[in-house]
Amino acid sequence: MQTIRNIGTGSYLPPKILTNFDLRKMAQKISRRSFLKGTVATACSLAAAGIPESASGADDKQQLATLLDIRKCIGCEACVEACKKVNNKKYPVPQKPFPKMYPDRVPVMDWSEKQDVTDRLTPYNWLYIQRAFVNINGKETEITIPRRCMHCTNPACVKLCPWGAARQLKNGISRIDPEICLGGAKCKAVCPWHIPQRQTGVGLYLDILPSLAGNGVMFKCDRCYNRIAEGKLPACIEVCPEDVQTIGPRDKIIKKAHELAKEINGYIYGEKENGGTNTIYVSPVPFQQLHKAAEKGEGKPHLNPVKDTMADANKLAAAMIIAPIAGLAAAVGKFYKMTKSGE
Amino acid sequence: MNIRHDNTRKNKKSIIRYFYLINVFFLILTGSGQMPIFNRYYIADIPGLGWLGEFYVTHYMHYLFAIIFIAFITYIITDHLLSKLKNIKITSSGYFRGGIISGVVITGGLLVIRNLRGSGFEPGFIIFLDLSHLGLVIMLLVAGIYCAVFKKRWAENK
Ligand code: HEM
Ligand code: SF4
Ligand code: SF4
Ligand code: SF4
Repeated sequence: MQTIRNIGTGSYLPPKILTNFDLRKMAQKISRRSFLKGTVATACSLAAAGIPESASGADDKQQLATLLDIRKCIGCEACVEACKKVNNKKYPVPQKPFPKMYPDRVPVMDWSEKQDVTDRLTPYNWLYIQRAFVNINGKETEITIPRRCMHCTNPACVKLCPWGAARQLKNGISRIDPEICLGGAKCKAVCPWHIPQRQTGVGLYLDILPSLAGNGVMFKCDRCYNRIAEGKLPACIEVCPEDVQTIGPRDKIIKKAHELAKEINGYIYGEKENGGTNTIYVSPVPFQQLHKAAEKGEGKPHLNPVKDTMADANKLAAAMIIAPIAGLAAAVGKFYKMTKSGE
Repeated sequence: MNIRHDNTRKNKKSIIRYFYLINVFFLILTGSGQMPIFNRYYIADIPGLGWLGEFYVTHYMHYLFAIIFIAFITYIITDHLLSKLKNIKITSSGYFRGGIISGVVITGGLLVIRNLRGSGFEPGFIIFLDLSHLGLVIMLLVAGIYCAVFKKRWAENK
């Protein structure tokens, strides 16, 4: 374990780990290989079409999802360290002192002095291990759950960002562009798990009206979009000694999750939540029980059922198509009444 | 034209005017609620205005007022084409404001499509939509105030 840990925090993708992958279980190998093939194919077709990697938009079928078999997780935090290591260059380097912000209630969110915190989500910690003590067959058991952005299939954080700073890539990754984000934290407010975390003193707001609008940049897991674009695995998946996570096309991952849940008489979280996410947890204990037992709060997301946050407004879209027809009909109706009464 | 007839016409016109103003007021209010400002600037603290700080509420309300607004403008345009062409002429300020409104409705409508599951606009295009929707609304506001101050009307009798 120690050695794997060392590999994990050392330089990335040494051939050793790749060889390890090939020796791993068949099912995983297949899903990983098809995933890698898929990325290469996507990359080629995108290159051929001259579309930049960031070309957005996604239907659920094309999205990549991860399956997390939380029985396997031993809570070693190798994934947490790996995430910090590979994404270190994306972390904010805030300017200090921070500009004074008005009104006074605007909170300064400064994690730059607390970059080592790993027991919750922060701008410098995009993945954390949530712990819950539950009773399984009369035995007190600690369940450890890797928690990060769920990469929702129709992500509210992306869709409701008022400036388009958050975006969804074709492969289902939702990511916040640190060059555009103003740190208003709307994405955090509308995210059912309140995932994105704010760092004050960085980003575009400093160049606009720093004291009156904006408050830094929001940070969260970007599912290692740059590594995926290069055909590599997300760091947390690659480094995990227990193969907790599997990544692949969403439909295949969902199928696998159901097979696994059936096999272990377990439960699924993330398939239906918020209208569907790309992070599918399978647990031997009901998620409500895990939710009750787990530590929750700021930066520590819940495990409650979540309805589709975008659905209510999207249902109104149909009415928006009917609206002009109604307006037209009303005017025509009035016209006929007028011509009839000979006005 | 007798006086009574003229009065009902005036009343109808002011009903339409107030309907338009109230509708646009609520569109701007709920639209502004899409930006994280009402909580920061204490507006959502005012008793009765707490909903302005709730993004899902203002989002839903913005859609509702947009639906009413779209029905309203198609009614006005159709009505004009059917029965007003002979007597009424749109002024240049009317055309100008109409143009801005078309832009607001088109960009707003595209943002609604963007919000649907599986929509696939380019990130740059989404930024353009967000900024132009907001910019056009500000233009409409400025144009509206200018026209109110200088008594520019949408239309005049031929
Ligand atoms: C009538 C059709 C309209 C539609 C379909 C529409 C739709 C939208 C949508 C989808 C958004 C973005 C909200 C989000 O998802 O984050 C938005 C924002 C906004 N709307 Fe509208 N809207 C319409 C008209 C108007 C009008 C007439 C006004 C004001 C006169 C207005 C003012 C705003 C403002 C201020 C914003 C926030 C700024 C922004 O995000 O760009 N809207 N609207
Ligand atoms: S997911 Fe893997 S690497 Fe992360 S804590 Fe669990 S066992 Fe360790
Ligand atoms: S979990 Fe939250 S931050 Fe992540 S994609 Fe979904 S809405 Fe966005
Ligand atoms: S996918 Fe990448 S960014 Fe997301 S938690 Fe894993 S290592 Fe971190």
